[in-house]
Amino acid sequence: MTTVANSVGQKKGFGATLWDWLTTVDHKKIGILYLIGGGFFFVLGGIEAMLIRLQLLIPNNDFVSAGFFNELITMHGTTMIFLAAMPLLFGFMNAIVPLQIGARDVAFPFINSLGFWMFFFGGLFLNLSWFLDAAPDAGWTSYASLSIASTGHGIDFYAIGLQIAGAGTLMAGINFLVTIINMRAPGMTYMRMPLFTWTTFVASALILFAFPPLTIGIFFLTFDRMFGGNFFDHTAGGNTIIWEHIFWIFGHPEVYILILPAFGIFSEIFSVFARKRLFGYSAMVFATVLIGFLGFMVWAHHMFTVGLGPTANAIFAVATMAIAVPTGVKIFNWLLTIWGGSIKITTPMLYALGFIPSFVMGGVTGVQQGAAPLDYQLHDSYFIVAHFHYVIVGGVVLAILAATHYWWPKMFGTMLSEKLGKITFWFFFIGFHMTFFLQHFLGLMGMPRRVWTYMDGQGWNLFNMISTIGAILMAIGVIVLIINIIMTTAKNVRVGNDPWEDGRTLEWAIPSPPPFYNFAQTPLVRGLDTYWIEKQEGHNGYTAAEPVTDIHMPNGSIIPFFMTLGLFIAGFGAMYRVDHSWGLAVLIFGLAFTFLMMALRSIKDDLGYYVTKDQIRRTERGRD
Amino acid sequence: MAHDIEIIEKTPAEYSYKKRRSDRLMRSQLMMFALMIFMTLISFAAVQAGFSAYFVVPVVLLLAAVQVGLQLYYFMHMSEKGHGLVAFFMYGGMLIAFLTVLAFVTIIWW
Ligand code: HEM
Ligand SMILES: [Cu+2]
Repeated sequence: MTTVANSVGQKKGFGATLWDWLTTVDHKKIGILYLIGGGFFFVLGGIEAMLIRLQLLIPNNDFVSAGFFNELITMHGTTMIFLAAMPLLFGFMNAIVPLQIGARDVAFPFINSLGFWMFFFGGLFLNLSWFLDAAPDAGWTSYASLSIASTGHGIDFYAIGLQIAGAGTLMAGINFLVTIINMRAPGMTYMRMPLFTWTTFVASALILFAFPPLTIGIFFLTFDRMFGGNFFDHTAGGNTIIWEHIFWIFGHPEVYILILPAFGIFSEIFSVFARKRLFGYSAMVFATVLIGFLGFMVWAHHMFTVGLGPTANAIFAVATMAIAVPTGVKIFNWLLTIWGGSIKITTPMLYALGFIPSFVMGGVTGVQQGAAPLDYQLHDSYFIVAHFHYVIVGGVVLAILAATHYWWPKMFGTMLSEKLGKITFWFFFIGFHMTFFLQHFLGLMGMPRRVWTYMDGQGWNLFNMISTIGAILMAIGVIVLIINIIMTTAKNVRVGNDPWEDGRTLEWAIPSPPPFYNFAQTPLVRGLDTYWIEKQEGHNGYTAAEPVTDIHMPNGSIIPFFMTLGLFIAGFGAMYRVDHSWGLAVLIFGLAFTFLMMALRSIKDDLGYYVTKDQIRRTERGRD
Repeated sequence: MAHDIEIIEKTPAEYSYKKRRSDRLMRSQLMMFALMIFMTLISFAAVQAGFSAYFVVPVVLLLAAVQVGLQLYYFMHMSEKGHGLVAFFMYGGMLIAFLTVLAFVTIIWW
């Protein structure tokens, strides 16, 4: 049996290390895998963004062709939302949430690994389109008439790639829900959960309800394109508007799936570095849940100009503006958390402070767009581009960067350089506002969104040029971050349990990085900010809820990897079936392979293994 | 391998309490099962009898809804302790789905 060999930090060969990562079901390692995968796609999406901005640097530019430009914007948006922002957030959720609630792993470690591999292979599938055919070119929203008319296999890559990645996301969401409901340590009541755990919980609930519509929409699209369906073809009795509804019924909750965890990250950072309890904790929780609910009732604000009629537009406009209320509650609570705190301006705190004005600007433009009559002016202009980049970059990406600095020591046991961190922040922050602030005005001046180039003499040249320069500054910021990561890893200066010295939540009560079983003894939670309470009472560490006992741990498994590989192969079959006879065989083979792996998993009992008391004692002693 | 897994023995009182309880549950489940079969029969009969569709369709839908409820509460134990969150999620999901459909049939399509 594979037992505790992997518990002791022996040096392993490359093959063994690779095998370990391919088969891991440890939430901390899967968190790191998500960061690596998401980070890779973030860089890829960033390169696409730079190419877009270089094309728009000057009027009448032909740096890239018009068709290639469409592929660039489509892949940029799709990559950033599905393959970068969400997986990076999942990385932190995986690594941190079980620690915050005092658990030894997530509820379904096997499914956790399956979710990761589905995301990764889905993303790979999507991006192979660059090499195998044409990339998708109908925008990340892939509106049906356009996407069905698109020639080549581009949109097929979009549909199948997202189907695979989306299924992985759904699994991850369900896993977090079950974990947070069932795996909390004794005393960790719902109203003692840290805000990052709460927002993960609500975001996972949104995934549970929002991803099935996406799955269905993409299935329809797949059938229309590859299997002769007519769901969206109005000449054959279909309805092209239905896609827009389905997409946005998923799409608006999706933006809250992204921003809620970001809110959680900043809530943690504010209270740690203001060294104060989060102001209005229960109001924060309530606002999070309320945003989650309202997020489902506003989708048609993306469709004001479709012609739903004044009644629908008016009602959806009011519903949209209602969301600004709980969001405002959160902003004020953060401000009141900082107020009167003993503030330490660390890199994460810098990001948090930069987030507030940036996100408020994005929220304000959101409310403006929510006013249906005004949206007739703003829709499909650069104003929209400015809005969603203010919320996504000014909110989600700043949160991801902040979390990288904040939780890096917990995940890797080393501290990123604060000096380089602050340099990254300033490059990124200034670059961000330079890039997107002026785009509001470009929109108001009439520059439409998703245009390949523009003509001279419309007064757009200067703002576009400044915008591109800002993008370069952001890229420099990211490069400095990468240098920071490489240098920190090379230096390898190890840190203790609570390197920020002001940690409040349970993850800071255990070593950095934590041993593979996380908590030698299940902790007893005695209130909100568990670790802070312990420190106030002069304890070093946490109060245990049980004596040291043997710990039951799951075994690693390669099956998730192979299950996903089967789907990946089936995807190619489905796509090439249209023009090659071998496609069908490949499709069937891939699906059969996946089912075989599922059967293997069901038939073979895998009861995990035990870490004995002695081993735990030895590991714990070895640390101090 | 011996692991210290606690084995909790039931006291005789506990044992007989558990037994009585499961007997009671069994009885109610059987009753509900009979009731559900009966309702299914009514549905079939209503269709067979050739009543107006405006009568049959709502009746069948209503009976279906009742059966879903019985299924959840009597066979899937939703009334028992510790199912509050499950209920919250289910009703929350139904509420969202209902509002979505309502929006379509009232303000969007007509
Ligand atoms: C106060 C809260 C918000 C309001 C009132 C709001 C409102 C809107 C409206 C009305 C639109 C449609 C504009 C149009 O296409 O004509 C829009 C677009 C968009 N919003 Fe927001 N929004 C808010 C927050 C957010 C957040 C938090 C995110 C993401 C983290 C986000 C991401 C987006 C995206 C991606 C689009 C563009 C979608 C597309 O057409 O490609 N919004 N927003
Ligand atoms: Cu929206």
